[in-house]
Amino acid sequence: MKLSEIAKVLNAKVVCGQDRLDEEQDKAFASDLMSDILTLGDNFPMIVTGLCTMQTIRTCEMGNLDIVVFVRKKKPTEEMIELAEDEGMVLMECDYSMFKACGLLWEAGLKPIY
Amino acid sequence: MHLEYTVIEGDFVNAGSASSSIKKTLKQLNVNPSIVKRVVVALYEAEVNAIAHAYGGVVTADIDAGKILVRVIDKGPGIPDIDWAMQEGNSTASPEVRNMGFGAGMGLPNIKKNVDRLNVQSTVGVGTTVEMEVNLS
Repeated sequence: MKLSEIAKVLNAKVVCGQDRLDEEQDKAFASDLMSDILTLGDNFPMIVTGLCTMQTIRTCEMGNLDIVVFVRKKKPTEEMIELAEDEGMVLMECDYSMFKACGLLWEAGLKPIY
Repeated sequence: MHLEYTVIEGDFVNAGSASSSIKKTLKQLNVNPSIVKRVVVALYEAEVNAIAHAYGGVVTADIDAGKILVRVIDKGPGIPDIDWAMQEGNSTASPEVRNMGFGAGMGLPNIKKNVDRLNVQSTVGVGTTVEMEVNLS
């Protein structure tokens, strides 16, 4: 599924990485726990999270996870966006709850990694 | 190659900057990306531990052709029971650390899963040294 379609499904605002919206992503992983996100090994899903801190960006950097959707109306700070831009990430802001966002993504065909 | 970084207690904004720098170095050295990820995931967990649980410390990395040896040496307070801390789910994290998305008791177990050799030495009142070695080929 194209990232532009994902943004549309989630009614999400793309705050950085607009140049990557034609890329495809077929898997997602949702968690607010960064240690969970660090257990994904050689899987590189899109991350759906309500944790919106510098550590979210750092954690994704360490895990080579470069597409992040913030749910529950969380807005990344300028500092977070700057670091994400340096790392070439795509960040999206979505007003929906984690449950609703994941439900819509599932319905649209995104797969879990386990 | 020897690299060294200072880690400051409670400096959550910069937590991960040592791991990030070491990641860039390993990428420049053309280390296999899967191996780079294992090193930095383990190091990042240890770096966050030093910032969140300890009074700061030092991160060192020694890289040669065959392996990377990373040490996270903190200034205390030390771990009274390392076996307890190594079990998944056990945590003494503060609410602040939990708000950062850590503190679920997964740090040391995550480190163990990602490295080839792990050695944790701790003295209460003195500090903890987490030594992690990963084969690069």
